[in-house]
Amino acid sequence: MAKRIDVSDLDIYYSKFLAVEGVTFSVEPRTVTAFIGPSGCGKSTVLRTLNRMHEVIPGAYVNGKVLLDGENIYDADVDPVNVRRTIGMVFQRPNPFPTMSIYENVIAGLKLERTKGVKRDKASMDAVVEKSLRGANLWEEVKDRLNRPGSGLSGGQQQRLCIARAIAVEPQVLLMDEPCSALDPISTLAIEDLIEDLKERYTIVIVTHNMQQAARVSSTTAFFNLAGIGQPGRMVEMGPTAKIFSTPTEKATEDYVSGRFG
Amino acid sequence: MAILTPEPTRSPESRSIGETLAGKRLPRWAPLATAVAAIVVGYGIGAAGSIFGLAWFVVAALLFLIAQTAWSFAVEGRRHAVDRLATTLIYACFIVALAPLLSVLLSVIAKGAGVVFTDFPSFFTETMRNVSPRKPGGGVAHAIVGTIEQVAISSLIAVPVGIMAAVYLVEYGRGRLAKWVSFFVDVMTGVPSIVAGLFIYTFWILVLGFERSGFAAALSLVILMIPVIVRTTEEMLKIVPNDLREASYALGIPKWKTIARIVLPTALSGIITGVMLAVARVAGETAPLLLTTFLSQSMNWDPFSGPQAALPTFVWDQISNGTDASVARAWGGAFVLILFVMIFYIGARLLARVFAPKAR
Repeated sequence: MAKRIDVSDLDIYYSKFLAVEGVTFSVEPRTVTAFIGPSGCGKSTVLRTLNRMHEVIPGAYVNGKVLLDGENIYDADVDPVNVRRTIGMVFQRPNPFPTMSIYENVIAGLKLERTKGVKRDKASMDAVVEKSLRGANLWEEVKDRLNRPGSGLSGGQQQRLCIARAIAVEPQVLLMDEPCSALDPISTLAIEDLIEDLKERYTIVIVTHNMQQAARVSSTTAFFNLAGIGQPGRMVEMGPTAKIFSTPTEKATEDYVSGRFG
Repeated sequence: MAILTPEPTRSPESRSIGETLAGKRLPRWAPLATAVAAIVVGYGIGAAGSIFGLAWFVVAALLFLIAQTAWSFAVEGRRHAVDRLATTLIYACFIVALAPLLSVLLSVIAKGAGVVFTDFPSFFTETMRNVSPRKPGGGVAHAIVGTIEQVAISSLIAVPVGIMAAVYLVEYGRGRLAKWVSFFVDVMTGVPSIVAGLFIYTFWILVLGFERSGFAAALSLVILMIPVIVRTTEEMLKIVPNDLREASYALGIPKWKTIARIVLPTALSGIITGVMLAVARVAGETAPLLLTTFLSQSMNWDPFSGPQAALPTFVWDQISNGTDASVARAWGGAFVLILFVMIFYIGARLLARVFAPKAR
């Protein structure tokens, strides 16, 4: 079920401002790809273009192609809602829906947007909730309080709840925008273990500021940087994680991963 | 620690630094003692006859302000003195702001509760039909029915329109149309209620030729309710974190469903409060009702035909009769109106609590 992503010559704009220029890369199915780079270089922006979340911001648009198994998600007749169903996303800050219980949070995607072939009776919903929460390593901690509000959980649990919510709709690809930056090391480890499990089934792209994390979880790493002050961000280099962290081709990448970066 | 050893010439405040963190403070009873002394002295001045009325209280308050600040300055130093001065001024403002409210509430209860409860429950069940202005008796049943029907009809129209306008402004509105909508909501906020009444009177009754009715009154109340609901709902929708909208989009939930099922429920408790404020505002409106439905002394269940009474116009009518019995009934009507708004308000707060996002 996991799909591949091919991005070619992608320019990303906020109104007239060119934020990211000329990005071309591919993501293989069932791999973890990490985006690293300094703040403001456009990693999150690129990530958000992969499921058309970018255009939620007024005035934002892209030029170029993003192919999901060969189908351009920016074609005129593609519905962004369908794109986002196929490509799920987990955000930097845990954001469970405050009016809903843990149970309702997990099935929110299924309940609010009916798709063909998805059963919506109680038993199958129960099954989805258990499967998704188990998938997010949260089931044991919350199985006795599924009807409590999701916002009552700890930050790490909330983030895993958000992951459960994202995988409940069974996407093909999972995007993660610094999913651990608001979490303590133990919760971070739990999420990293989870990423390890999830890559069996999903294509995962993760943005992180933590280079150890990128080294631990990803098989491929892409380094982003600004071409210069006031200039658009670009992808400097992409390759196998081991190579990026030991013998990168570009000087800028080496400076960044070795901590010499200005 | 020689550098920090205090020198005798320093002020009391800085002296404490270095030796100990504790400084000299006024005793706990100091404010109370100062207040009692100030009141005694102020009352003495008042009793001596050099000033009139309640002015002695103002004198006492000023004395308290000066005495406490001076005492605090002498013992505790400048910072604490300023703190006490500011605290006193803020409490004084609080009391000044609360005084008219309490005064209105107390006088309405004092003068109105008597009529309502000596004629209990007939004051709630009878109308003014065939009741002489000079004689006691009668009741507000027709006015309660009128107010409930008019407020209910205007809410039925204004709440959906107001909430949808706010949703448009926050979630969809870009560019010129949104600016114009926002501008006209501001203009509507400033429309005096009698102008709203005049508008419905000329448009609905004179131009379109409908008769005076509770419905016409409700239409004029709609004009007054909409801007309040739009503005409060707008504020509530704006504080719903964008994270929640994005989380919903990322699950493949369309925008309209995100708004209906995620954003509005999150903001619901605040929206209910806004609707409440709007209802409370229009429930007490008199001027537009006089133009659109006028008065009635008898029960009129049908809001679509003929004059209908309402609590504010009942009060206005009874006061203008001028007899003792009528004025007493007017106070009774005012009391019932306040009761009506209060019950509605408490009900809405309870409702808002049920819908509020819960932490655990």
